[in-house]
Amino acid sequence: MKDFVIPDRDFGTPAAKSKTMVTLTIDGFDITVPEGTSIMRAAAEIGISVPKLCATDSLDAFGSCRLCLVEIEGRNGTPASCTTPVAPGIKVHTQNSKLKQLRRGVMELYISDHPLDCLTCSANGDCELQDMAGAVGLRDVRYEAVDTHFKAKNTSGEANPQWMPKDDSNPYFTYDPAKCIVCSRCVRACEEVQGTFALTIEGRGFDSRVSFGAKTDTALTSDCVSCGACVQACPTATLQEKSIIDIGTPERSVITTCAYCGVGCSFKAEMRGDELVRMTPYKHGKANRGHSCVKGRFAYGYASHKDRILSPMIRDKITDPWQEVSWDEAMEFTANRMKGLIEKHGRQSVGVITSSRCTNEEAYLVQKLTRAVFMNNNTDTCARVCHSPTGYGLGQTFGTSAGTQDFDSVEETDVVILIGANPTDGHPVFASRLKKRLRAGAKLIVIDPRRIDLVDNSAHIRAAHHLALTPGTNVAVVTAIAHTIVTEGLFDEEFIRTRCDWDEFQDYAEFVSDARHSPEATQLLTGVKADELRAAARLYAKGGNGAIYYGLGVTEHSQGSTTVIGIANLAMLTGNIGRPGVGVNPLRGQNNVQGSCDMGSFPHELPGYRHVKNDSVREVFESIWGVKIDNEPGLRIPNMLDAAVEGTFKGLYCQGEDILQSDPDTKHVAAGLAAMECVIVHDLFLNETANYAHVFFPGSSFLEKDGTFTNAERRINRVRKVMAPKQGYADWEVTQLFAQAMGADWHYTHPSQIMDEIAMLTPSFAGVSYEKLETMGSIQWPCNESAPEGTPLMHIDGFVRGKGKFIRTEYVATDEKTGPRFPLLLTTGRILSQYNVGAQTRRTENVVWHEEDLLEIHPHDAELRGVRDGQYVKLASRSGETSLKAKITDRVSPGVVYTTFHHPTTQANVITTDFSDWATNCPEYKVTAVQVSPSNGPTEWQEDYAEQAAQSRRILAAE
Amino acid sequence: MSADPHEKLIYMANQISKFFESKPHAEGVAGIAAHINDFWEPRMRRHLFEVVDAGGTGLRPLVMEAAQTIRRPAPEHA
Repeated sequence: MKDFVIPDRDFGTPAAKSKTMVTLTIDGFDITVPEGTSIMRAAAEIGISVPKLCATDSLDAFGSCRLCLVEIEGRNGTPASCTTPVAPGIKVHTQNSKLKQLRRGVMELYISDHPLDCLTCSANGDCELQDMAGAVGLRDVRYEAVDTHFKAKNTSGEANPQWMPKDDSNPYFTYDPAKCIVCSRCVRACEEVQGTFALTIEGRGFDSRVSFGAKTDTALTSDCVSCGACVQACPTATLQEKSIIDIGTPERSVITTCAYCGVGCSFKAEMRGDELVRMTPYKHGKANRGHSCVKGRFAYGYASHKDRILSPMIRDKITDPWQEVSWDEAMEFTANRMKGLIEKHGRQSVGVITSSRCTNEEAYLVQKLTRAVFMNNNTDTCARVCHSPTGYGLGQTFGTSAGTQDFDSVEETDVVILIGANPTDGHPVFASRLKKRLRAGAKLIVIDPRRIDLVDNSAHIRAAHHLALTPGTNVAVVTAIAHTIVTEGLFDEEFIRTRCDWDEFQDYAEFVSDARHSPEATQLLTGVKADELRAAARLYAKGGNGAIYYGLGVTEHSQGSTTVIGIANLAMLTGNIGRPGVGVNPLRGQNNVQGSCDMGSFPHELPGYRHVKNDSVREVFESIWGVKIDNEPGLRIPNMLDAAVEGTFKGLYCQGEDILQSDPDTKHVAAGLAAMECVIVHDLFLNETANYAHVFFPGSSFLEKDGTFTNAERRINRVRKVMAPKQGYADWEVTQLFAQAMGADWHYTHPSQIMDEIAMLTPSFAGVSYEKLETMGSIQWPCNESAPEGTPLMHIDGFVRGKGKFIRTEYVATDEKTGPRFPLLLTTGRILSQYNVGAQTRRTENVVWHEEDLLEIHPHDAELRGVRDGQYVKLASRSGETSLKAKITDRVSPGVVYTTFHHPTTQANVITTDFSDWATNCPEYKVTAVQVSPSNGPTEWQEDYAEQAAQSRRILAAE
Repeated sequence: MSADPHEKLIYMANQISKFFESKPHAEGVAGIAAHINDFWEPRMRRHLFEVVDAGGTGLRPLVMEAAQTIRRPAPEHA
């Protein structure tokens, strides 16, 4: 599709990477380009656009449309400029009477089998076929086609067997075969960019047709993951967004950042007035390089969903219905309550939760609110329940709480270890980049209890090793890998001697060399065969550039922090740190988990990961904020809930986070919330937590505010306001109004001023400003005097902490053990089409792919229990019970069951326990001992809960 | 786990201890104390000392040793 307003030029073919330069002449102009560049691209570099249809610079050249023909002096014929590389000294002509005539002939043939309904066509004004007809000066079509693909009936009224109806089964785009010119751009995009291979060309010659999977498949029933790459690549109306069909073409576009996962894709929000027409991936976005997934590309409808609350609401008791009030009244009510609580119960009795979905600037203000206005350190964020062990583990070993690489790094990786992450569902755009590298020959080691798609269910990819461990034994597996590397002498001694502490290495080597850490000794415990583990360890240590990517399957365990340390140890042992293609890479769950952590959302540290106990750090903030900062760590989320049940914690301001649904042990969370006297929920929707709230501040979507998100590669990306906030204020303004009502003297007029304050107070952000983001597009922190343009790769010459630190990783079995009552292990995850607790994606058409959470159970376990596919089952743990439908599959091992947690009715967290990581209290979501039995339907708890939720969501009619 | 705050804190302290028990003794003791000082808010440490002062029933020996260097929190409502 063509770009609007300030089009991103399409150079026709991808850039060549060679360092050798070649000079040639095109239409009399000299041009020097890297060896391997196509003539088409070289011409585009000097501003000459050779007509083309099948070429686009996101895909390798294909040479099928024959429109881009050129003449080269001294060579025969008219080669296609897309597939012909440059050569030194050649003289190319892109326009002469012979070429003109040839191109016009090609266009005539194309148009003879294409409907001429341009005026009413959804691609009108956005059609490359239309543009090329103009470009070649097509004025007449001499051919009266007898057979066509676009006429439903022939002149005698008989049905045309070549005609196929439009496929509108996908909720977001249509496939209209009548408009297709069979340029193969969609098929190649699905293959090269997305890596799904859902599309193919069926038939040959005149019978060639684009087809989703088999002949009987539709777009929806095929393997298509609705990433939008084919729609993006299509030059005509054949693959077209339904929003364009409904609304028309956009008139301007604004570059912004997706608000879903931690990949942080750059998008163009294409607008008509203040209506969002479509989101298209931004080619120059450095995280996504022009690719997208179904969530970011299409699932933005929640922002205008009818469930959105647009007026502030208050109520005296949580059993009362909500009352809509003005912002002024809401602020007065809330401030009075909170002030009353502080007066009566002390300044430690209240706190905040910052959002990993909101901007850096918003998270910063919320933690500032508690530190500088409430005067305590009671701030936490949803990273507590996902990546807090990453912060601890990488902080201890490397000295910084972040991934070491950028996403581009995967292009130079030879061996990937993927632990406890399922990127094709959780981080799809990164998965596509990873798959591309794997198809080019890199090796993959998957460590996961479940047979995720990357093991053997992705086209042209097969993992070299799948270590299907028993949930909860990560540390034993990682330590056994280290054992193999050390005892077989596969470690990188030179790296360790120069970059790490040699004494600490020797201590660690002695520890892991003990026979009890050998793969043979641990295999009974972990379920991983010793020879498979040894082979994987050898591959990682000696297979070239080794990179580790990991997710919540690592962190959400009682030994989450220990596993992160173990992973860091592996990277140091093998010297896989500090250059492209290697590193330790946490895949972050939410869009701004990294940012919310950076911004001082944790109760023990100020922005930039500096502990509140450090006088010098507090003094800097105290001098700018004009307050005294508490030197004691504050309450973490679980502590807040415990303290609430105890009666010492009374008031909570919770921005953009649904702790009742997303935190473990729902009953304990509900008890904690119910014990509080002022719960303020600041969100787009009346979420589950709001059932226990006294105040509701309506939130603004990412389309309605300015700010920044920081993705998993530490990349600070701009979020830009494309429409006015529907409820009146951006979230940072709401926090400021609240702070002012509490007596604070805050007067920010734009988020850039908040970023300036962050930069002033935080050394790793010292060089960040909106001006620099404007010119550079994005910045990876640290960005300061020594790295004015940011830091794509960390720990290049030395670790942030100085010497890398090896730390012993003793395996301690979780106390969550199976037994006669609860013989199965439940582990949890997510699915491509849904996001987190589903508050956003459930309010989009994405529900066609996943309307409810299912329990995956192995056929053996199902048969033992008389469980049938699609039938309701009861899932019980020692914490509680819930019911959902079963899906029988051998993707899970016997003894293991799996579910997602996207739907509130499922109440998966009624089942999870309050066991947590020893270092950070990150909950042990990934291991719960359960029993499964056939059931008739929802449990009593689910029914009671639904009743309470319905009661709680009542809103009084306006008077 | 029960609602008893002590029971939960004993469990958490012992969890921390198990990580540090694989380290050389002095480093382990210092590690536990530093960890609790850095991450446990005063209310939690107050509850911990209630257990320690009552003889430390249920706490692993290394936690008891570390308690010497864990900061005693200021009295409530400071």
